[in-house]
Amino acid sequence: MARGPSSPVFLERRSYRRRRLQDAQRLLPVLGMLLWMVPVLWPTRDETGHVTMSAAIYYVFGVWCLLIGLSFGLWRGLKRKVDEGTEPPAGDP
Amino acid sequence: MASLNLLVGVSLVYVAFLFAVAFAAERAAVRGRSGWLRTPLVYTLSLSIYCTAWTFYGAVGYAARSGMEYVTIYLGPSLVMIGWWWVLRKLVRIGRSQRVTSVADLISARYGKSNTLAIIVTLMAVVGVTPYIALQLQSVTLALSIFSGPPDAEGLNGLNPLSAGFWVAGGLAVFTVLFGTRNLNANERHDGVVIAIAVEAVVKLVALLAVGIFVVWGIAGGIGPMMERIDASALGTWELDRSRWAALTVLSAAAFLCLPRMFQVLVVENDDERHVQIASWAFPVYLLLMSLFVVPIAVVGLNLLPAGSNPDLFVVSVPLAQGQTGLAVLSFLGGFSSATSMVIVATLALSTMVSNHVVMPIYLSLKSGGASMSGDVRNVILLARRLSILLIIALGYVYYVLSGGSGALAAIGLISFAGVAQFLPAMLGGIFWRGATRLGALSGLCLGFAIWVYASLLPSFGQDAVLPASFFEVGPFGINWLRPYAFFGIDGMDPTVHAVFWSLLMNTCVFIVVSLLTFPKPLERLQGAQFVNVFDHSGQARGWHASVAASEDLMIMAQRILGASEAQALFRTAAREQGMTGHLPEPTPAFLERLERELSASVGTATAHAMVSQMVGAASVSVEDLLAVADESAQMLEYSSQLEAKSAELSRTAGQLREANEKLTQLSVQKDAFLGQISHELRTPMTSIRAFSEIMRDAEGLSVAEKTKYASIIHVEAIRLTRLLDDLLDLSVLENGQVSLNSATGPLEAVLDHAVITAQASGDGRLRVTRDNVAGDTMVTTDLDRLGQVFINLITNAQKYCRAAAPHLEISVHADAKRLAVEFRDNGTPIPDAARALIFEKFARVAEGDGSGAGLGLAICREIMARLGGDITHVPQAAGNVFVVQIPRRQVLAGQ
Amino acid sequence: MDKHVLLVEDEVNIIEAMRFLLTRDGWKVGTHSDGATAVSAIRDARPDLVVLDYMLPGKSGIEILTELRALPDFAGLPVLMLTARGQSRDRDLAERAGVNRFMTKPFSNAEVLNAVRDLVRA
Repeated sequence: MARGPSSPVFLERRSYRRRRLQDAQRLLPVLGMLLWMVPVLWPTRDETGHVTMSAAIYYVFGVWCLLIGLSFGLWRGLKRKVDEGTEPPAGDP
Repeated sequence: MASLNLLVGVSLVYVAFLFAVAFAAERAAVRGRSGWLRTPLVYTLSLSIYCTAWTFYGAVGYAARSGMEYVTIYLGPSLVMIGWWWVLRKLVRIGRSQRVTSVADLISARYGKSNTLAIIVTLMAVVGVTPYIALQLQSVTLALSIFSGPPDAEGLNGLNPLSAGFWVAGGLAVFTVLFGTRNLNANERHDGVVIAIAVEAVVKLVALLAVGIFVVWGIAGGIGPMMERIDASALGTWELDRSRWAALTVLSAAAFLCLPRMFQVLVVENDDERHVQIASWAFPVYLLLMSLFVVPIAVVGLNLLPAGSNPDLFVVSVPLAQGQTGLAVLSFLGGFSSATSMVIVATLALSTMVSNHVVMPIYLSLKSGGASMSGDVRNVILLARRLSILLIIALGYVYYVLSGGSGALAAIGLISFAGVAQFLPAMLGGIFWRGATRLGALSGLCLGFAIWVYASLLPSFGQDAVLPASFFEVGPFGINWLRPYAFFGIDGMDPTVHAVFWSLLMNTCVFIVVSLLTFPKPLERLQGAQFVNVFDHSGQARGWHASVAASEDLMIMAQRILGASEAQALFRTAAREQGMTGHLPEPTPAFLERLERELSASVGTATAHAMVSQMVGAASVSVEDLLAVADESAQMLEYSSQLEAKSAELSRTAGQLREANEKLTQLSVQKDAFLGQISHELRTPMTSIRAFSEIMRDAEGLSVAEKTKYASIIHVEAIRLTRLLDDLLDLSVLENGQVSLNSATGPLEAVLDHAVITAQASGDGRLRVTRDNVAGDTMVTTDLDRLGQVFINLITNAQKYCRAAAPHLEISVHADAKRLAVEFRDNGTPIPDAARALIFEKFARVAEGDGSGAGLGLAICREIMARLGGDITHVPQAAGNVFVVQIPRRQVLAGQ
Repeated sequence: MDKHVLLVEDEVNIIEAMRFLLTRDGWKVGTHSDGATAVSAIRDARPDLVVLDYMLPGKSGIEILTELRALPDFAGLPVLMLTARGQSRDRDLAERAGVNRFMTKPFSNAEVLNAVRDLVRA
């Protein structure tokens, strides 16, 4: 297969992927905020049904780990994209 | 007590170790081997000054009292770091490009380098952070008291909390002065401090993890049993004040950005924007680890220790109660690290603000000579800074004494958070909204701060301490809706949430409304554009245009602030960049801006601006200056666009000239050939005439037939000569404009008929002429004879030059309101491109030596059509040639 | 023996006049009116004298003369060049190309006969 004509398509794809990773990065704190505000909805002691403290700990720290993992993944992904790509890191959208 | 002495000894050794680390780091930085000092890891660890003694000790106490709520203090910063793209990225870029030294500097620089704003932010920061420093004193003192044994009957335990607090405060002050202002180069970057707090970050993390691991695996016996224990404890069921959960998350996020010490490590000490990206996941990891064992320690502490034990100290008291003195000492060191690193950075940041925005402007205005007076300003700056440090720690101690060392640690911390969070609207508005104005920021900050003081700070001293108890019950002076905990009569809100909600809401609203109503000054608008669009242009757009400033004066001033060698190096570099050989550069606007940036790193933006203003003779950048700058740039733009237009015109002219030159060269060749041509055309018939006339005269015995033949040759050649002379004369007359035109109106068809008949009479009859689209009633008003001459010429040319097997000429007429176009389309060989430009010139014949024409026909046609106000053009075709004769309907006689 | 002259000329009337004059003077006259093929015509005809017009269709008289002089057999062939242009630059060009006699039209019949006779006798 001829590699020449297809390479611009790859570049286009790569820069497209980079843009979407940046979108994800921007949305991540929103996701975090939403997930961490879920405990507000839980019933407290006085109300019917209750959540045990251990479950709450698992939930809060689980979300934390998830966010850290996603943030780390996005950082890795973007770093690789920037290293590979010819474009400089984007400025403000 | 021996263990107390041991503890003091360990602490001193630890401090000495930190000093050694800081010293080594600064030595390395001086030697230029600072690479390892500024790594992402160090940056991330330095951010951990967010976790102070409050979070170290207080979080466990907080958890013991309110369950999981303590975690909100960590959730906010985690969200800020994970969402670094939104705010941090921009803050760091602005901080770097504007050489911002503090949060006060940032706000002042954004709103037109307003020193009023800087002073207000500084004072607010001092007031806001003072409880926090008191908190650190309290934490360390409390932790020390645990080691000194159980309290005796009088509640004293051999450790007077006030005197202990005093010694701790004194120690911290000395420590900070030595650390932060040791280097005489008063730059805002502190390599030694950053490394020391990174080390402390490791110590406190290790300490807390060690205690946590001991509690979970050493006491509870693993994760499973620990969780069972938690669920079985008083904290076992999820309990939540919903408004606090959300409000504290937002508050801690705001404080994370606004706290002067956080701004110092996040923005000022940042060395590489990429470090922020790494910290975006690494710092949340740190925070997670710091909060991981908080609940287990709290639960175990509540289980093991007697009721009434201070839960704020479980981190130390639990290992101590288990006989783990070593672990307890490590834990104490962790808390001590938290306290010292926070106090050092916080006071450094505050002292920078105080000295840059309060002390220096006052000092400069007191000194009548301004910045150009004698003496070393650097010493003044350092002195101001040291005094500020002492003042701030003293204030912290006073607060500690006043608040009686009472109250839970977390409550005090939250008061501080709410105070500094007031910067948030002005800060975020400043970097995202160009419409934010100085007055808006000023009024928002003042109102928010006032509400905070009234609803949060003053009540924290206790009822009747500052605010009378009646305020809380019926409101000040009986105004019910101004009760500190129930604004507008809305009762039942948590006091902290109440203060945060109302202060931030009013702050933001007033900020926005006043910004909308007021008009910013030009400098504000410039700075606003620079801040908001920092990613578009990280350059500077401020207009110094001072030629008044003598470089020498600037040099003297810069030496005082930057130090002699640094200043000289700066000036030398600038001079070299300007292409000058000496040590003093020209005070160009660019250089002044750069100098101002360098100075602002030492004394803050507003002060640096004021200093340079004084030197260059302009008290500030006036509207006129800015307009002049704007004008200048507009002129430059116009001038450059003019230049562009000119250069485009020039290149167009050059192109035309080249064309003309080519044509001239060709014409000169043509002209050169003209004489040869005319000579040739005249001499050739003459030769025949002369030869035959001589033959007829001299030769004997010519037959009658021969005589007749020779005589007719002479006759034909004579006619040829005559025609040539006619043409030449005709052309000459036409060219000189001496022709008289006889305008008449007649049918176009008749003119064409006549032309075809005349032309065909002299031709060989091979050319087939057809006509198309010639309306019989098409009338034309012009010199009909001349027009006929053009037609004849064109038809004759087709006869002569059309080399097709069946030569064919098609004549068609296209008419519109103004013009008639007569097309002559033949099927001959197209005229080559190269020849097309010349066919209407005299003696131009497409191929050398063909036909008998003199090459004057088309030249005459062109002249005639020009006289008739029309035109004759040759249209290139794929096959054949088309000549188009355009005639105006109503002929305007040209010429005379 | 009649001397052989080749007329290279494109104007029919001039050819007519020259042929009449030279034939009467005892020359055997050949004619050729195309410049492009003139050199090969001269090689085939091997005349004693060539009367060459300056302006010919296809190839100019100067070019024909230059080519002719490059051929060993024709380096010494007498050539009379006729021109109607009458510019001195043309004479220089022709002499550099190796012309034997250069005449400007119109000429008298006696003139041209004398020139022709001179060239062949020499």
